[in-house]
Amino acid sequence: MKILKIFLIIFLSVGFSQLKSDEKSDVFKNKILKNIRCLICQGQSVYDSESDFASSIKMIIDKKINDGLKEEQIYEFLREKYGDWIIYEPEFNKNTYILWLLPLLLFLLGGAIMYKKISIKNNE
Amino acid sequence: MKNKLTLIILFIFLSFCFIIFYKGLSNSNTYIPKINNEKNIPVFKAKDFNTNTYIDSEKIFEKNSYYIVNIWASWCVPCRKEHSLLMELSKNQSVILIGLNYRDNLSNAKKFIYELGNPYTQILIDKEGILAIEFGAYGVPETIFIDKNKKIIKKFVGPINKEILDEINIIVK
Repeated sequence: MKILKIFLIIFLSVGFSQLKSDEKSDVFKNKILKNIRCLICQGQSVYDSESDFASSIKMIIDKKINDGLKEEQIYEFLREKYGDWIIYEPEFNKNTYILWLLPLLLFLLGGAIMYKKISIKNNE
Repeated sequence: MKNKLTLIILFIFLSFCFIIFYKGLSNSNTYIPKINNEKNIPVFKAKDFNTNTYIDSEKIFEKNSYYIVNIWASWCVPCRKEHSLLMELSKNQSVILIGLNYRDNLSNAKKFIYELGNPYTQILIDKEGILAIEFGAYGVPETIFIDKNKKIIKKFVGPINKEILDEINIIVK
């Protein structure tokens, strides 16, 4: 009876850890899929789309994850095939630096204007 | 005076927005990146349509010739439309046509080839569409032009037409 209990505990713990690792890999895969644009759909990510293109991308990402590729390597593979547009979050490079820096510049400009106005008001 | 100036600036701004959005309406919904630098052909293993055996990509593209990879499927209506042009292109000895049968039913695909003729030197099966992704394709039909250095130099999304056929014939001359 005792042996049976031990076996049961081992069996359940192995089962749960397997389930947990599957869940973890699904979260990782979904994170990538949500960051990939379905190029033939209207404003949908590959994760949300049921198109042939999206389902092929899902399969190839599954394959790349199983091959041990990291998130950035998968994005790089897709960028090489389809260009920067396929990834929702653009990387910082010479084509995208305005996109990244403009909000920061506008924020600083707005802050400077506000600071100037407040200091003028205080002087009055 | 100040109000008038604000109105003029607002009018110019709105007109500018209108022109941008109006021009955007006529743009295609599908984004196709320009091939600025030539890309290498992918390395893969694929099932042959006729023999059902696996072949390496190196063996498929081993000849010192121009290659055209045409992605097609029996369920794709535009593929039927472009098929006669592919048959015409297959007469050109300077180019080797490779067919990539995309997410298709094998017996339907065989019927398609039997009915319309076989322009391809070799047909590969891409049951899951993974090979098409390796070629950077969007769907069917799509035609990929490969030069003698085994580089992808052109991509034609959608059915090919007479102008594209002429363009290919001029390059391979």
